[in-house]
Amino acid sequence: MFRRAPDRIRDQVTFTFDGMPISASAGDSVAAALLAAGIRACRTTPVSGAPRGPYCMMGVCFECLVRIDGVGNRQGCLVPVQEGMTVETQKGSHFLSAEPAQ
Amino acid sequence: MTTTMGGEAAHTVKDLADAYDVIVIGAGPAGLSAATAVSTLGARTLLIDENQTPGGQIYRSILLAQTADRQRLGEDYWQGREIAETFLHSGAQYAPATTAWSIGPANDEGGGFIGHEVGVSGSGTARLIRTRQVVLATGALERPFPIPGWTLPGVMTAGAAQIVLKTSGLIPEGRVVIAGSGPLLYLLAAQLIEAGATVAAVLDTMPRSNWLKALRHLPVFLTSAYVAKGLRLLRTMQRRTKVVRWVSAMSAEGPGEMKEVVWTAGGQEHRLPADLLLLHQGVVPNVNFSNAAGCRHVWDETQLAFRPQVDEWYETSVPGIAIAGDGAGIRGAEAAALQGKLAGLGCAARLALIGGEDRDRRASSLKVQLTKVTRGREFLDALYRPSKAFRVPQNPETIVCRCEEISATQIRASVSAGAIGPNQMKVFLRSGMGPCQGRLCGPTVTELIADERGVSPDKVGYYRLRFPIKPLRLRELASLPQSDAAKVAVLADLADTHHSKVN
Repeated sequence: MFRRAPDRIRDQVTFTFDGMPISASAGDSVAAALLAAGIRACRTTPVSGAPRGPYCMMGVCFECLVRIDGVGNRQGCLVPVQEGMTVETQKGSHFLSAEPAQ
Repeated sequence: MTTTMGGEAAHTVKDLADAYDVIVIGAGPAGLSAATAVSTLGARTLLIDENQTPGGQIYRSILLAQTADRQRLGEDYWQGREIAETFLHSGAQYAPATTAWSIGPANDEGGGFIGHEVGVSGSGTARLIRTRQVVLATGALERPFPIPGWTLPGVMTAGAAQIVLKTSGLIPEGRVVIAGSGPLLYLLAAQLIEAGATVAAVLDTMPRSNWLKALRHLPVFLTSAYVAKGLRLLRTMQRRTKVVRWVSAMSAEGPGEMKEVVWTAGGQEHRLPADLLLLHQGVVPNVNFSNAAGCRHVWDETQLAFRPQVDEWYETSVPGIAIAGDGAGIRGAEAAALQGKLAGLGCAARLALIGGEDRDRRASSLKVQLTKVTRGREFLDALYRPSKAFRVPQNPETIVCRCEEISATQIRASVSAGAIGPNQMKVFLRSGMGPCQGRLCGPTVTELIADERGVSPDKVGYYRLRFPIKPLRLRELASLPQSDAAKVAVLADLADTHHSKVN
């Protein structure tokens, strides 16, 4: 659904989405990296469980919420992707009990 | 710690001072220009921005852009470079990747008002920072485009496609349909085509009757700089893709994700398989901050949106809070940069860094330029006024509040049941109470209620928004300095809410 302009291919960064390895370009947001990898849906809604994916890419719609390194409710479009990051689909609402202590 | 992008100017939340003369929120043309102007006049200035690099949405990633991006995105985009670079050399401090989430009054020990306190958060740290003046440069967001299926993955805003083109060089591929109206829609279509995307169709939702209403503004428009630009975009679009005009209804169909776009034009229904549907029908001021700060807003019938009331220095009804750029009413990037400078002069005068006469003298040429760059906008506003069919959903099942999945028919039914305003609607349906805090449904809910009641949106009003305007982690909130009693109360309340949700 998206391809990258050859002049914008930068240093490769590898992360996982639901356990699947994905390579992105350094500087991509998590949401942009998912779109570049052909992934359109990244969460399900708390109300009906419907799939949703990035919509605005500017931090206002909250459709790209994902779990990043175990922390839920992260706006994928505002977080730069990093080597070794663990990104997961956010299923329904985010429960605090699932969050690791720091 | 500094980042490479901001050079010596970039700070993380931990490094920030406890107090500044001016805090500017947003690093688009208005915010960058305001911060540059006021820091040059000697104010200790901090600019806070959510993105990694300066530019806002219009000049997004401008300092990372290279020749190929200049070609793809055009000279208007490239102009942002100078604004961003001038800012980085201005002496203002810059906090990128930082979210501002509240503004409250700051009082001295005797309870006297001494300025504002801005809640900021970044890299897991939250702080309250004092300032004497605030400039909100929070810009615009795309007007909601509530059609059946607009929540399906694969349906995005045109602005989103433009952002990934700017930040990551991503070009849509497969079956791409662009739909809606307005200058930005045509700009995006031309940019995507220029970048090598194959656009299957542009569905133009501008109603024919808009031409009649716009005609009286045409003579002025013809003398503006918009004419040449606009004609160039329309030519690119018309030569290189199929443009369908007078589209009167539209939906995205799944199941599960965007598969097919269905539209009505000339009384006939058409269908087209599509992988990506990009929607746009203009932008509206992003009022979440100004609304929560208690600034007075007015309904702008021409732009069909609420905007904060500002004076000639862009100061709002709340002393010490100014709003410059599209956040104060949509007038475009060039106007935003000029408004930012004027707001900066206003702050400098209020801080007594310059006198009133000096301020006026410096402002006079800016005001002349502002008139010049906004020439012709009345025509654009009238011509691209989005049609009611796409603002007030025709299909009753259309989702209005995306977060809480509330349909148009539920909103209408609740009006009959007594929810005569957006705030009562929150109580009835939870509309506007999800994570986006009404950003994607506010304008639609107001207009739906107004339509159902047969009154003006002005009479209906908007959601009363509350801080924090962006979600905060409990840990951040708990780490803020506050009295022990307050801390215990907040945590007990939140623990209680969480407890009942789990069970």
